[in-house]
Amino acid sequence: MLYENWFKNPGDVPFLLKKITEYSKQTGPIRLMEVCGTHTMSIARSGIKSVLPENVQLLSGPGCPVCVTPANIIDMILSLSEREDILITSYGDLLRVPGSIRGDNLLKRRAGGGNVESVYSPMDALRLAEDHPEKEAVFLGAGFETTAPGTAACLLEAASRRLDNFSVLCLLKQTEPALRSLIESPDFAVSGFLCPGHVAAIIGADRFSFLPGDYRLPGVVAGFEAADLLCSILELTRMLAENRPALKNEYTRLVRPGGNPAALSLMEKVFRPAPSRWRGLGYIDGSGYAIRDEYASWDAMQKFSLKPPAETEIPGCQCSGVIRGVVRPADCPLFGNICSPASPVGPCMVSGEGACAAAYQYG
Amino acid sequence: MCLAMPMKINEIDGPLARCEAGGLSQNIRIDFITDPKPGDYVMVHAGFAIEKMSEKEALENIELLEEIKNAL
Ligand code: SF4
Repeated sequence: MLYENWFKNPGDVPFLLKKITEYSKQTGPIRLMEVCGTHTMSIARSGIKSVLPENVQLLSGPGCPVCVTPANIIDMILSLSEREDILITSYGDLLRVPGSIRGDNLLKRRAGGGNVESVYSPMDALRLAEDHPEKEAVFLGAGFETTAPGTAACLLEAASRRLDNFSVLCLLKQTEPALRSLIESPDFAVSGFLCPGHVAAIIGADRFSFLPGDYRLPGVVAGFEAADLLCSILELTRMLAENRPALKNEYTRLVRPGGNPAALSLMEKVFRPAPSRWRGLGYIDGSGYAIRDEYASWDAMQKFSLKPPAETEIPGCQCSGVIRGVVRPADCPLFGNICSPASPVGPCMVSGEGACAAAYQYG
Repeated sequence: MCLAMPMKINEIDGPLARCEAGGLSQNIRIDFITDPKPGDYVMVHAGFAIEKMSEKEALENIELLEEIKNAL
């Protein structure tokens, strides 16, 4: 099938590399940032970094939703999990994120008898709630815009079934406000962006046109195979060489200019934009989603009157710099010795999509 | 948690579709896919299809690669 035959190996497309090298001679050193955990992983796995010309550096930005969840939110969830009547469900990698105390996470709580389950989809969390009517099931809904419509559909289903023992702790985040905050930060030094393809499938490629429009930065909405990434890097390098920043969509087989209207209207129905705290970037206006008041009965924050404790950073961890692309994972003094995937200190090492985990595994 | 994968729809039953990829068969929600049909390819993320994949555009991607190659 076509989609499976797509060039997966950067070695199959040497002509793309040749073009990139040509353009990079005109640009001088450039720094291109991706802001998607799946891009981090595809880049690491495909070995693209090692074949790119020296002038072209690839960086990982705040693209892993688990890595940007602040420690105090995890602390709040850890104390909620101490309640006998609570069943916490979420995606596996979120369960492994430590709070402010190193080594303490939801998986450890489960080993100690806590009610914690890992799920693949929000719908699995709904099913667990039905199977355990004696428990209050709380689904930790993390993710970016890609995950938001499914979370909305799940919450609407709970509401229509009047499933009263189910609620969502909404940790969803929006990409654009975070990118703007990053670009406007004083140490920002990125030449162009590989825009997240699956976020764009929902919100539309056009939503990234603020990059050239407001900041004169080129952006390419990119797919996830090696050839997609190289084509996108080529486009960015070309735009930089010609000094003509624009927004391009390389991932046209999936991403439409206006995104997925049915998904957007589901999100609009259930969520409203809200301020949100990001690890590494701090509070950003309108960068999160809150559940609308009509659905307050399914909003864990309101249902259990939750309040995050004061924020504490993990001593020594450089994740905040890593997420902003100003510290390379290997430059963190804890990298590889004290902090490794088997014994992670910070969230960038916990999630397979985190920049530190990818750097550890693939170098 | 963000991994997504293209799957082919085999059967549709309300908001659910039986999908397959690489010999693996799974029930996927298709709540926000417009006009889904058996045989369509969708990108699946956390149990939901997020969008249909277009064969025409995929072929254009490949043509573009050929063009770059031939221009060298
Ligand atoms: S190596 Fe570990 S401690 Fe250092 S920045 Fe990465 S996750 Fe944080």
